[in-house]
Amino acid sequence: MVGPVHAPTPDAHPPLVLLKDITKRFPGVVANDRVTFALHAGEIHALLGENGAGKTTLMNILYGLYRPDSGEIWVKGRRVDIRSPREAIQLGIGMVHQHFKLVLPHTVAENVALGLAGTPFWAPARAIGRKLRELSQRYGLPVDPDRRVWELSAGEQQRVEILKALIRGAEVLILDEPTSVLTPQEAQELFKVLARMKAEGHGIIFISHKLDEVLSVADRITVMRRGRVVGTVLAAETNKAELARMMVGREVVFRLRKGTCRPGEEALLVEDLHARNDRGLWALRGVTFRVCRGEILGIAGVAGNGQRELVEVLTGLRRAERGRIVLLGRDVTNRSPRLLSDLGCAHVPEERIRMGIVPALSVEENLVLKRHHRPPFCWRGLLRPKAVRAFAQKAVEDYAIMTPSLRTPAKLLSGGNIQRLILARELSGKPAVVIAAHPTYGLDVGATEQIRQLLLRQREEGAAVLLVSEDLEEILELADRIAVMFRGEIMGIVPAGEASLEEIGLMMAGERRLAVRSEGI
Amino acid sequence: MRRLGPLVFEPRLVPSRLAVLGVSLAAVLFALLLASAVFYGYGRNPWQAYAQIGRGLFGTWPSFSEVLRRAIPLILCGVGLTLAFRARFWNIGAEGQLLAGAVAATGVALFLPVPEGWRLPLMFLLGFLAGGVWAVIPALLRVKLAVNDVISTLMLNYVMAYIVEWLVHGPWKGPTMRGFAYTDAFPLSARLSYLPGTRVHWLTLVLGIAAALVVTGLLARTRLGYEVRVVGQSPEAARYAGINFTAVFALVMLLSGGLAGLAGVGEVAGIHWRLRSPGHISMGYGYTAIIVAWLARGSPLTAVLTALLFGLIFAAGDYMKTALGLPFQITGVFNGLVLFCLISFDLLMFWRVRLARKEEAWTGSTGSSAR
Ligand SMILES: Nc1ncnc2c1ncn2[C@@H]1O[C@H](COP(=O)(O)OP(=O)(O)OP(=O)(O)O)[C@@H](O)[C@H]1O
Ligand SMILES: [Mg+2]
Repeated sequence: MVGPVHAPTPDAHPPLVLLKDITKRFPGVVANDRVTFALHAGEIHALLGENGAGKTTLMNILYGLYRPDSGEIWVKGRRVDIRSPREAIQLGIGMVHQHFKLVLPHTVAENVALGLAGTPFWAPARAIGRKLRELSQRYGLPVDPDRRVWELSAGEQQRVEILKALIRGAEVLILDEPTSVLTPQEAQELFKVLARMKAEGHGIIFISHKLDEVLSVADRITVMRRGRVVGTVLAAETNKAELARMMVGREVVFRLRKGTCRPGEEALLVEDLHARNDRGLWALRGVTFRVCRGEILGIAGVAGNGQRELVEVLTGLRRAERGRIVLLGRDVTNRSPRLLSDLGCAHVPEERIRMGIVPALSVEENLVLKRHHRPPFCWRGLLRPKAVRAFAQKAVEDYAIMTPSLRTPAKLLSGGNIQRLILARELSGKPAVVIAAHPTYGLDVGATEQIRQLLLRQREEGAAVLLVSEDLEEILELADRIAVMFRGEIMGIVPAGEASLEEIGLMMAGERRLAVRSEGI
Repeated sequence: MRRLGPLVFEPRLVPSRLAVLGVSLAAVLFALLLASAVFYGYGRNPWQAYAQIGRGLFGTWPSFSEVLRRAIPLILCGVGLTLAFRARFWNIGAEGQLLAGAVAATGVALFLPVPEGWRLPLMFLLGFLAGGVWAVIPALLRVKLAVNDVISTLMLNYVMAYIVEWLVHGPWKGPTMRGFAYTDAFPLSARLSYLPGTRVHWLTLVLGIAAALVVTGLLARTRLGYEVRVVGQSPEAARYAGINFTAVFALVMLLSGGLAGLAGVGEVAGIHWRLRSPGHISMGYGYTAIIVAWLARGSPLTAVLTALLFGLIFAAGDYMKTALGLPFQITGVFNGLVLFCLISFDLLMFWRVRLARKEEAWTGSTGSSAR
């Protein structure tokens, strides 16, 4: 794995990877339309584009998961035909998927050894341990080979995936939206690793929707739209506005129109809520707050401080051990998810694919999930396909869901379009309370803007919105009041106008806001 | 993609209908080929034996009708199981549910003082309920106590078999039957009529085909069917959507077990006219129906076809016993072989096989290189 250490001069060396005129059709869509893309040794090349633009498809082709309908793939100046990930790995191409593919009950070393050529049959993990330590030192990827994967955070699991690729001799590393699962600190560490790999002559393809991140990390940026390449630019010579314009095909407003907050009656009241996490430990220890109609309460905090459990308890998916939840004046503590949803509580879940949709069911069937049992979609136990279809048609148009047809299985939509489907379903029923967990992660700038605007519209129409997000910028932009969670408790609630970043940062680290009691909830 | 000798295997994500049909047929033929060893073992020429069986089964309408007769319980149980499997509820208990239906039917036929004309409808109704209730038990055990459905349904088969055994040896043993472990024979009003010249109790057959149509409609067009598909394909999403698991599993198992119960009614009212030992009433229909439903891949209408296939195997077994003097247990061997071949051939549905081009490398590591 030797490559030029200095900046590549495209003429002297053939590119590490050259995708030439790649076309890939799926039923109803051209996912890649004569796409040409080059990656040089020692470069970080970002791939940018709206949801469904065809980025993942292009990378899956390079990784041998799909075969292109036409077009050529060249690796280091040789024309190749990549027919499986195994062949891709042999050619020095590694990929870290958006959803990790690790065996959770196994240790790190066992996972890395899995399927690796040349590992001994007995005790493969021991043989690999040394090499693993050496590599993780060299690239600054600290992991303990003997830890079990389920114990690791998302960031650590990602390191394991990267090590898996490196140990297989990957010269080309494909990272599909690597930062959407990371905390900002973890993302910074990842960037350091990438810089080191780049210096060693690796080529890195980096997919992300976060423009700031792309601008600071990448050397070159290729923008795709609707399956085609719009252009390739040098990161040093472009800016956010230009990239957004290339992606979306129009100007993108980064400033949201946000009217003044006129809170109405109380919609959701949470008092002294206690709940345990999956391991039986206390995840919520006395959470108290209220959300009124017409306002957005943002819940900020580092991941894993009880936000997930809070959302689950509020939506009926987890038992509250103590305390109470009052929805529209009615005590709904530990009531069923169906009752809560029928009362007008919408839930945009964190786990989109696993929970938010039924992957094998069609787009139209997914759009009526939760309301399939009520008129007009159901009458005396019979489904009304016409009503379902009409509703789905409108939702697909209103929320700009890109799908080949209403009958397409939801799992075939791109990540961003799956989120739009969920939002369309949850928001179209005029909910009184919207509980949204990380509603924009993994979405392109255009979609992020639209979805934030949608949440603001809910607020204007009188819904009470509870927004849980790790993206502080998002919270500051949308919320009217900000609550900060730390170890299952609310450290304080501040009006957005008065919030200073320092204060929020301190609360996120566990500093309690003194005024919290006197100010009430 | 793999290369094996001159052949190249390419994966395909969604098998075409034609591939499914072709591969299934090929598997059955291959199973017959393997089964010919059994005939050799008995010192017979397999080809002659197959030809003889073919002529014997397809030669006349009465002999062919035996295929239908054997298929009837398989259709009812198989359709019920497709429904349960669609909800990912592993109902291994059709055998016991069938017996429960047979017991209820016998109770009505022999011991319930009802007007003549009401007797058969009531037998079917109570048979359905008995099978259904017997099946609801494991559904509730799973939802409320997290008891594994495979184990509970399987165990209840044995429980019901012993109940039948006890009934025919004990309280229900017919006084007119001398030493045999039978109940008394059913009155005429409790017996099903046949298609002329056959033993096909057509009413049960009609019920079976109607059940396939109803369950198809139920899955596609009703709220319950929708919830079954959601629960089966994504339990997490079902929880999120507030679907009531208890209601879904209980209803699904009521229907699934109920259909098996109907099969039991058909067997006692159509064939035996009495309750007798469980092995005689069922001959493992409830277990064979698992294969029927599994092969049908969750489609009730396809289950009718696969049930006919296994009806054919059963009928062939009968024929071999009477005409060729081979033991009936051979059907078990056949069922096993067919299942084995279908499962192994299943792989082929997801791989396209074609001849390799010359330049394609053996391991495919380098690919074809130009320049
Ligand atoms: N296996 C498939 N079958 C049919 N259509 C598919 C398949 N995979 C992807 N598509 C479609 O191809 C298009 C491109 O999808 P792709 O996943 O490449 O988008 P993407 O750029 O990665 O989007 P995102 O940012 O949302 O992840 C989408 O319209 C998607 O619905
Ligand atoms: Mg993608």
